[in-house]
Amino acid sequence: MTLSAEVEVRFDGFHEEVALDVSDGEVVAVLGPNGAGKTTLLRALAGVRPLTGGRIVLDDLVLDDPARGILVPPEQRSCGLVFQEHLLFPHLDALANVAFGPRRRGASKSEAAAVSREWLERLDVAEVAHQRPRSLSGGQSQRVALARALATGPRLLLLDEPMAALDVTQRSTVRRLLRDHVAESGASCVLVTHDPLDAAALSDTIVIVDAGRAIQRGTPADVARRPASPWVARLMGVNHLRGRVRGPRFDLGAGLAFPCTGVPEGERWAVLAARAVSVTSDGADEGLADGPADGPVVGWSTRVVSVQPTGDRVLLGLEYPPGLSADVPPDRPDGGRWTEGMAVWASIDPSDLDLYAPRSV
Amino acid sequence: MGLLTVPLIGLLARVSWSTLGSDLTSSVALDALRLSLVCSLAATGLSVVLGLPLAWLLARTEFRGKSLVRAITVLPLVLPPVVGGVALLLAFGRDGLLGRPLFDWLGIQFTFSTAGVVLAETFVAMPFLIVTVEAALQMTDVRFEEVAASLGAGRWATFRLVTAPMIWSSLIAGVALTWARALGEFGATITFAGDIEGRTQTLPLAVYLALEGDERVAVALSFLLLVISLAVLIALRGRWLGAVRR
Repeated sequence: MTLSAEVEVRFDGFHEEVALDVSDGEVVAVLGPNGAGKTTLLRALAGVRPLTGGRIVLDDLVLDDPARGILVPPEQRSCGLVFQEHLLFPHLDALANVAFGPRRRGASKSEAAAVSREWLERLDVAEVAHQRPRSLSGGQSQRVALARALATGPRLLLLDEPMAALDVTQRSTVRRLLRDHVAESGASCVLVTHDPLDAAALSDTIVIVDAGRAIQRGTPADVARRPASPWVARLMGVNHLRGRVRGPRFDLGAGLAFPCTGVPEGERWAVLAARAVSVTSDGADEGLADGPADGPVVGWSTRVVSVQPTGDRVLLGLEYPPGLSADVPPDRPDGGRWTEGMAVWASIDPSDLDLYAPRSV
Repeated sequence: MGLLTVPLIGLLARVSWSTLGSDLTSSVALDALRLSLVCSLAATGLSVVLGLPLAWLLARTEFRGKSLVRAITVLPLVLPPVVGGVALLLAFGRDGLLGRPLFDWLGIQFTFSTAGVVLAETFVAMPFLIVTVEAALQMTDVRFEEVAASLGAGRWATFRLVTAPMIWSSLIAGVALTWARALGEFGATITFAGDIEGRTQTLPLAVYLALEGDERVAVALSFLLLVISLAVLIALRGRWLGAVRR
């Protein structure tokens, strides 16, 4: 185990207590809403926010242990920091930004320049070596920032929303870069994000943090399949249904129920991909929904409460069940456009429902 | 506007251009000019040495009584300079709180000495540096410094290599303002250090005194101070007028 941290921080009425273990080359994503304490966690690991309790151990070296009065200052830790805003030193060119770390760690000017040039080349931004940060594109400066963080060979890489300011194509490139270089460097990596896609694409383990507590951890797939709360499901971008199994039926209340077999009675939750929800204009296709086309599809009538385009698809928020989203093509089957407030007929195939027992918390 | 410009025009109208050169090179004027430059530069230097760490502490750290410290540092901005002079006299005068032991044990005397002028000017001018630099520090993202630390830079290296270059223009502006204020200092200086030609008689004091005797010299010296003030303003133009334009 490379990093073993029990972070406890209290300040201004905020209280955070999160444990985190990260092994060599592993990426742990910390996912949660703004203000959940994700960044505080990173700051504690970097050493700029001292712990008030717990302890941080990196490679058998105690970095922070208030009970024993140990606090290794940030400049003596082996941490690389990358932020959403890149935070390249504005008065230094790209090469000098990358060389900053090696220079501070005792490399000579020429050594540092050589190492930095190498890193810029590896991250494919050698051509901007002598440009100031101001003239770099978002993708370029994020690469330089990453090169700067990696150039000191950190044992622990701390990434704070590194992709949030990038456009879609840059995002996937930087994701790939991160995945490759983190694995290659063997560093342990803590990635703070609020984007489940980043977490799923980059991390081996996800820790969901809310209000200063870790409320769930597991692989991205596990967390998406078995969210510990409706809130986690929403964070992971999956639909979450809560109901009760009575006999062969999963009952959501208000007259909506789906057939199910072999599930014990009692309260059950289910996740459902947004793509698995079909929506048609109300009335127009009722016959189809009731029809025998693809087995026992269950449909109900509801309303569209929100319409959110997502590139080549549209995400519809439905009135019932509350919070249910449907990922549909941008055009309705009858050719029209989706509008907020329109009455629709929603349907799902009950076999797409993945039922599980809520965890007793 | 008239209220602001008419006095300036009045001053310029009374400048005796033909004798300006000789008025400014009279021994009284030269002494005062030399003393003013030495003292105001020393006061500026002292303000940087003392004020920079103080500004950093105010902007970057939390400690008990911080708001009190901040209030004390900006107090000289609103305090009548003559009150500052009286306060300095009571603290550093021959019979003052600190002045007596300093004189008895070390023979150091601030009153009626050039060192007293520097002290008075620093007291009045340093807040300009602290306020300017603290504001600049507040506006700089601390995470730049955290990144620098994570890359192995200690506090001093971080300040020298990252923070200072990032607040450079504000630092320069603060220094210029401090120097201009120190150069123009009158009330605290005359109260605390007195008015001894060649030792504590700076330009503003010389102006005041000349006004009672040779008005032409007073006007000439005033003109000189006006020119210096304008020069400071023009040097800072990029910073302020530029900010307005943007």
